[in-house]
Amino acid sequence: MKLHELSAHRLHKLIKNREVSVEEIVISLFQRIEKVEEKVKAFLFLYKKEALEEARKWDKRISQGEDIGPLSGIPIAIKDNICLDKKETTCASRILKEFYPPYAATAIERLKKAGVIFIGKTNMDEFAMGSSTENSAFQITRNPWNLETIPGGSSGGSAVAVASGEVPLALGSDTGGSIRQPAALCGVVGLKPTYGRVSRYGLVAFASSLDQIGPVTKTVRDSANLLQVISGKDEFDSTSLDYSVPDYSESLISELKGIRIGLPKEYFIPGIEEEVKKKILTATKVLQDLGARVEEVSLPHTEYAVATYYLVATAEASSNLARYDGVGYGYRTKEKTNLIDMYKKSRQQGFGDEVKRRIMLGTYVLSKGYYENYYGKAQRVRTLIKEDLDKVFQDFDAVITPTSPTVAFKVGEKIDDPLKMYLSDIFTISANLAGIPGISILCGFNKDNLPIGLQILGKAFDEETVLRIAYAYEQNTEWHKRRAEI
Amino acid sequence: MKEKKINKEEVRYIAHLARLELSKEEEEKFSRQLREILAYVDKLKEVDTRSVAPTSHVFTLKNIFRKDERKDSLPVEEVLRNAPQQRRTQFQVPRVIE
Repeated sequence: MKLHELSAHRLHKLIKNREVSVEEIVISLFQRIEKVEEKVKAFLFLYKKEALEEARKWDKRISQGEDIGPLSGIPIAIKDNICLDKKETTCASRILKEFYPPYAATAIERLKKAGVIFIGKTNMDEFAMGSSTENSAFQITRNPWNLETIPGGSSGGSAVAVASGEVPLALGSDTGGSIRQPAALCGVVGLKPTYGRVSRYGLVAFASSLDQIGPVTKTVRDSANLLQVISGKDEFDSTSLDYSVPDYSESLISELKGIRIGLPKEYFIPGIEEEVKKKILTATKVLQDLGARVEEVSLPHTEYAVATYYLVATAEASSNLARYDGVGYGYRTKEKTNLIDMYKKSRQQGFGDEVKRRIMLGTYVLSKGYYENYYGKAQRVRTLIKEDLDKVFQDFDAVITPTSPTVAFKVGEKIDDPLKMYLSDIFTISANLAGIPGISILCGFNKDNLPIGLQILGKAFDEETVLRIAYAYEQNTEWHKRRAEI
Repeated sequence: MKEKKINKEEVRYIAHLARLELSKEEEEKFSRQLREILAYVDKLKEVDTRSVAPTSHVFTLKNIFRKDERKDSLPVEEVLRNAPQQRRTQFQVPRVIE
């Protein structure tokens, strides 16, 4: 296999055994980027010069006998809504073009300490609002398995960068499925940690009660290693919880004796593609063969998750995005106006369609006379959705579902129908509403060679079981060895 | 929940609250799309929530306090660097008081 096809763990072993230098890895990745980036457009910014300098620094340290950790000298891509200090951070929005954050996100600071090499920032739906990465103000990212199709979203750039062999690791963010759905559609591993596991400090806010940063990787082991580094309490985010972070590598056991898994009947609805359904049921058999007990369970409020989410998330977004007023940072209209019109015009010219639509919806559902009927109602139904899961988790260790009801769809197919687009998140949203962890792993392909994702949901703060099931499945199947040909 | 269809006038009012200027086409498009989305979310009406408490946070969180200590802030020049318009050490906005 070529260097760009390897997992971070394999690269780490090669570096450690001095079989390959960090510089060789970075050079090889940039050659790959030069070859495929034109076609997939995963990146908004690339840092070739700095990455090579960092690589040479690492090689020097290694040659001097320095002990290295699992992520030392390993290249990574970062979704463009996570602040990298003094590097343009746009959220794929015109309103944040040329915004240079004066500080870095806590997850980034932790990655720096672990010794990663930053390769670039990845494309996304503007402010993480979307399920196809078509809502970027700057470019459309393509799925490497079929360039006519979307990669999913909103972390589409991160999923594509990993799936195309441009980087072994990436960070994404997940508010309603934005890591797991693109991971599924691109055939890679995407993990949304428990709410509060990873600090949100320096993650540009979309919906603060739902947002989490998480890893996008080629393998489950890499996901565990990356999660290890970014997890833990942070004094800059009071919602980051003070739970001890276990050693996730200990969860990587390739059998499942004694594990109880629920298969929710409400997730096999009309509208789910037949091939997706078949692959999930086949995966279920693999898990049973590994020792897991799988039984049908019920999550009766599942059908209300999308409606609940779009009320809660847009309400929070309308409030979070009020800060883009053309005063402290970001875009300001060039027209001469009074103060109020300056706000209105700056926002009119700076935001894209989907962002405006969600700000409008969020403002409406929070406005006088509607608050209790919409936002209040949604927060009550959210409680019921969470209680459904709590109840299942009394008897089961995890729940498995398809990650997405469909494989990757065509570019342009759903862009003019917001509701249809929203429904592509139908299986991922409940985890955000309930705050629990979830992972998507590759579990097969449809007849057109498009990837299908299996979602594993776990109890709050039990990423270990989620990783264990994902690892056991991966180690006992061959899917993860396939690479997109571009 | 009383049925209330969102019309263009309401769209203009909401846009004002959200400090958004909308073009004629956007007003048209958003009033149609918001109508569709609101019709969809109305399905929540089916759920009886009379005895259900709203979620304020997914986990039980107590107030989190930090010590009231003086710490250095970011340098003013660095923070102002992102401002569309600044003068001396301040953000500049259009005149508010005539």
